[in-house]
Amino acid sequence: MAHQEGVSAGADDSGRVSFMNDPKARGLVFQALLIIAVMAMVYIGVSNAVNNLARAGIASGFDFFGERAGFDIGQSFIPYTNDSTYLRAFFVGLGNTLVVAAIGIFFATVIGFIVGLARLSKNYLVQKFATVYVETLRNIPLLLQLLFWYKAVLSILPSPRAMGLEPGANVAFSLNNRGLYLPRIVPEAGSSFILFTLIAVLIFWFVLGRWARKRQMATGQQFPVFLTGLGLLIVLPLLVFFVTGMPVSLEYATLQGFNMVDGWVIQPEFMALLLGLSLYTASFIAEIVRAGILAVSHGQTEAAYALGLRPNLTSRLVIVPQAMRVIIPPLTSQFLNLTKNSSLAVAIGYPDLVSVTGTVLNQTGQAVEVISITMLVYLTLSLLTSAFMNWFNSSVALVER
Amino acid sequence: MDHNTKSIAYVRTQESPKTPPPMAVGGVGGWLKENLFATPRDTVLTILTFLFLIWIIPPVVDWAFISAVWDGESREDCIVPGAGACWAFVEAKFGQFMYGRYPLEERWRVNLSGLLLIAGLVPIAIPSVPYKRENALYLLIVFPVLAFILLTGQFGLQPVETPLWGGLLVTLVVAIVGIVVSFPLGILLALGRRSDMPIVKMFCVIFIEFWRGVPLITVLFMSSVMLPLFLPDGVSFDKLLRALIGVALFSSAYMAEVIRGGLQAIPKGQYEAANAMALTFWQGTRLVIMPQALKMVIPGIVNTFIGLFKDTSLVLIIGLFDLLGIVQQNMTDPNWISPQTPATGFVFAAFVFFIFCFGMSRYSAYMERRLDTGHKR
Repeated sequence: MAHQEGVSAGADDSGRVSFMNDPKARGLVFQALLIIAVMAMVYIGVSNAVNNLARAGIASGFDFFGERAGFDIGQSFIPYTNDSTYLRAFFVGLGNTLVVAAIGIFFATVIGFIVGLARLSKNYLVQKFATVYVETLRNIPLLLQLLFWYKAVLSILPSPRAMGLEPGANVAFSLNNRGLYLPRIVPEAGSSFILFTLIAVLIFWFVLGRWARKRQMATGQQFPVFLTGLGLLIVLPLLVFFVTGMPVSLEYATLQGFNMVDGWVIQPEFMALLLGLSLYTASFIAEIVRAGILAVSHGQTEAAYALGLRPNLTSRLVIVPQAMRVIIPPLTSQFLNLTKNSSLAVAIGYPDLVSVTGTVLNQTGQAVEVISITMLVYLTLSLLTSAFMNWFNSSVALVER
Repeated sequence: MDHNTKSIAYVRTQESPKTPPPMAVGGVGGWLKENLFATPRDTVLTILTFLFLIWIIPPVVDWAFISAVWDGESREDCIVPGAGACWAFVEAKFGQFMYGRYPLEERWRVNLSGLLLIAGLVPIAIPSVPYKRENALYLLIVFPVLAFILLTGQFGLQPVETPLWGGLLVTLVVAIVGIVVSFPLGILLALGRRSDMPIVKMFCVIFIEFWRGVPLITVLFMSSVMLPLFLPDGVSFDKLLRALIGVALFSSAYMAEVIRGGLQAIPKGQYEAANAMALTFWQGTRLVIMPQALKMVIPGIVNTFIGLFKDTSLVLIIGLFDLLGIVQQNMTDPNWISPQTPATGFVFAAFVFFIFCFGMSRYSAYMERRLDTGHKR
């Protein structure tokens, strides 16, 4: 009570405090000044920009998106020719960024977990090897690594002719300075049944998992969900494949003149970017995984052994779930870093978002619009990823009292 | 009664002869068994790793040392068949890699700036050396001014335009300016983000999240292409300064988050104690909160600096010649073009970056151990 009286007495006093010493009033003045300063800066900047653009004869606005782009893009996952609009070119770049980021995140996570576990291994050779990997790769700039893979490794591979490939012969696998050549899968009539079977099996697997979990909760009996699902996933599509009369064929790459034609080609720019991004990010993920596992107290392992769990089950059921809580937040920021770092593609000529918008900028001169859009896209990607990971994080977080 | 008289035959009267420890415990064999072949899975892993190593190491050693070309005048020496790394290229271009096109007779100024930097860095890095506050002021205020005078050429020194700068010099200038500017800005942003004033807080959150959400390369594009548009007619910055502005804003957002981490780790009692002593907000921050918070986040600051140091290589994309940029530019020198030149140049640049970053990360780990006094919260 006495405390509260003191507070109210103090509050009454505030009328007598001079304006300069009243924190509330000072805060208001300070914030008002901040708003005025920021608005003034924005106003000066915008009016300068309007003047400069008017003098350079550049019409601001997003009308240029509808115009013909007129440049080619080496790799595209949506139909694109140099007759397409700038808008379509922009989406091609965005698609390329998303594809390389998604595949890069997959490989970085897999390699990162393996290396992180290897650093904790009791095996001397494996542990030292993982340590050297992590310390080397994370202390060298990513851009340097990308350039190294692109210019010092992939570009000095021999040409298809120098590899000794026979002209016209089918090539199942070839890595040369034009890229990595693999057979392309060509679907024919009836192949959609295989796809439907695959999707059906995946849905069944998911439902089966939920059912098995419910049953285990109720009765304690376990069901081999993983083996069943995997078996079905392999057997059923194969069965459909043979029943429908093998409606899938492979198209091989062949050497014609100096060039390779047909087949499925992975371009050197894409490979260099993917290699660089995944190996570099994996070295950071490895450290995160290691720290996460070390953060689980050793008592947990001992407790699991005391309950009679075997080492494999101990890691799977006791250690990893607890480590994941520590691992996921920094893992999120690594995924974001990888996505943002994919913009370094511009240095090795992979047509990602920054590279495509850079070309658009050079052609149209619409610097403000193009750069703002690019930044906005990355900002949106960042916010979406962190929102998703926050949701995922809260779903694995410890529920405390 | 009979058995009482029996001698207790199972008690030894002499020590039994010592047997050697089993093979699997002591000596080289024991070490091998325990560290390499403990389980069948370990054995397989060991063999696989070993095979991988003997597949990768001999060619690398051969390339870097045995078949490498150490001396040479031009590409002729490096395009001999079977030649490894072309170190002669690095030797011939070393001056450029360090200073760029900085005039030869003025390079002592770069060296002197480097010495001044080392003179400030060494004492602040050793925890037991006193006068930390003065030392920090030297590094954050006095040294940048001196280096600016020396490098650009003020007060009668011959002016050297920034387009002539290059190599490691530019790398260090970008990284150090980035960190020196981002430090005070980061402190302000971190304080602003924890402020009670909603508008200040909002501005800081938007600023920090914006810069953290976009890639540095777009920031550099923005500062090199978009920034000139927002300046009044006739005012123009040189290219290096524009890149520096971008890098400084970008890194201050990251620095702010590191410092905010330190502020959050300070117990509430410290703030209350500062208030109880009738210290104003700024006095309390300066005398009570910041010294503790900053000390706690030294490893984080060093890690931010490592990241910034690596990221400086991105300035080559907007046409500045930092270490990586100048190495890449020299690779196309017709006098030195050879199949091994790119790999040699990149390995050299990687080695320089590695030395700096690895050194800093070791220091950060050392500070982490020092600061980890067992009072984990």
